[in-house]
Amino acid sequence: MTIEIVHLGKIAYARSGDKGSSANVGVIAYNSQAYEFLLDYLTAEKVHEYFLPLAPRKTTRYELSNLWALNFVLEGVLAGGGSQSLRYDSQGKALGQALLEMPIEIPTQILYRCCYEGEIQ
Amino acid sequence: MKKDILRIGNASAFWGDSPHAPANLVGQQPDLDYLTLDYLAEVSMSIMAIQREKDPSKGYAEDFVNVVSSLIPFWQKGSLLKVITNAGGLNPHACAKACAQILSQAGCNHLKIGVVAGDDVLLILRNQDQPSFNNLETNEPLKKNRKNLVSANAYLGAKPIAEALQRSADIVITGRVADPSLTVGPCVAHFKWEWDDYDRIAAATIAGHLIECGTQVTGGISTRWMELPDPATIGFPVVEMSSDGSFVITKPQQTGGRVTEETVKEQLLYEIGDPDQYISPDAIVSFLSLTLQKEGKDRIKISGAKGRAPPSTYKVSATYRDGFKAEAMLGIYGQESAKKARLCGEIILSKVRKAGYEIERFHLECLGQGDIVPGVLHIPSPPALKECILRICVSDHRKEALECFSKEIASLVTCGPQGVVGYTIGRPKCRPIFGYWPCLIDNSHVKPCVEVLSI
Repeated sequence: MTIEIVHLGKIAYARSGDKGSSANVGVIAYNSQAYEFLLDYLTAEKVHEYFLPLAPRKTTRYELSNLWALNFVLEGVLAGGGSQSLRYDSQGKALGQALLEMPIEIPTQILYRCCYEGEIQ
Repeated sequence: MKKDILRIGNASAFWGDSPHAPANLVGQQPDLDYLTLDYLAEVSMSIMAIQREKDPSKGYAEDFVNVVSSLIPFWQKGSLLKVITNAGGLNPHACAKACAQILSQAGCNHLKIGVVAGDDVLLILRNQDQPSFNNLETNEPLKKNRKNLVSANAYLGAKPIAEALQRSADIVITGRVADPSLTVGPCVAHFKWEWDDYDRIAAATIAGHLIECGTQVTGGISTRWMELPDPATIGFPVVEMSSDGSFVITKPQQTGGRVTEETVKEQLLYEIGDPDQYISPDAIVSFLSLTLQKEGKDRIKISGAKGRAPPSTYKVSATYRDGFKAEAMLGIYGQESAKKARLCGEIILSKVRKAGYEIERFHLECLGQGDIVPGVLHIPSPPALKECILRICVSDHRKEALECFSKEIASLVTCGPQGVVGYTIGRPKCRPIFGYWPCLIDNSHVKPCVEVLSI
């Protein structure tokens, strides 16, 4: 079995936003195979570690199998958020794009089935 | 006659959204029954509090008065459109008065304005000590920030909105209400749903959640934004609600953007926590049983919402003064631009230190080097990349410390490296910081009130 390294954005899309000093990042798989893969692979620990430079207190993952989606809540990740954060992105708008850049290790066979190749309907 | 399908649009996602959007949407979608307009972000109330301090007749989103003005031609031609907005901010009565004045001048005396108030709980937070006022995120007690409170407003639900509509209001102006309640109100008023019909209330809450951010559900900020057709004319969203609580999200034809499963799913996940417990004052909603179905071009049908009884508390969004901040930006062009930028930032901070101020908090960014999400992605600078923006953001409780910072920045234009640009915008402004204090308040402390005014 060969493993490939691709960006998360190859098999999923995302949206992020703020809630006070916390942020959430919703990750939505392009199809059910990609969702099944991410359910195992994209754990709260992995996402927490990825965003460690932003010092989240805690990362919680919620599953929405009906939407092929995972919702990650990163507590305290915005260094104050809103008016208090000194960051240019004080509201976590860029976190979705950042997470989609995460390199993932995925077996070639699964990648072949997971990849989104179609046009938007 | 009671319509089977209720059409509710949104044409303002925040204070500062496109001013022409409301009239455009009504022109594009003449069969629209309700137009919802959201003006309030988490700290908007603090800005309004300061406006009201200076002038007691202010403290609301004055842009809304211009929106009413832009809708007058439709009402003059007999449109039955109703408008629901939280533009009232801290002063919904003053907002209503300003709207009544321009409607009266235009001869729209047949319209009625509903005013929803009772969300302001500032005096209660200032005067009472309750454990529930602990910060919802950190559980800290309010104590030390109590004297610095600027605003405190409970997120009211849809009941007072529905009441205003049932009492024939054509324009409903509220203070702080939960954003989705702007949509739940008209659904309940129209379909006469019971308030404990939680599945239907949940459906309307989800519909409201999906449209409250305007074009974010029609392709705005979507991952595949570059593939959107005609983003310059992106359409604002319309909900078509059915009496059974299933609904379609769509947008006017001949507008740009798109409504697909992707855009709807992204917006469903926007700013949510536990998807099984989306808490609103009208119901606790679960997203886990929703089904999405494509019904045609730019039409997604959503059904299966589940709801249960809301909590016995309202969420309060309070703000307090927490010092000042200032930010400066300079462009650095040439060899080793990022290194130069960082050194420039450090030079400024050391100059401020020498002047006697140890700045409480500072943050240095080299924009163009991945610093928007600092440290997460390591972008190797290709040799060709010879520019970046230095951004320095500082905060302190002493205004004079930030003024000192602000005055030091310009010296880099002459003492810094070759290729420093962008000082023409002048010295950075020192702005107040408003801390955000989310907490809970028992329902018994909050008395929503509704008035319906003739013009």
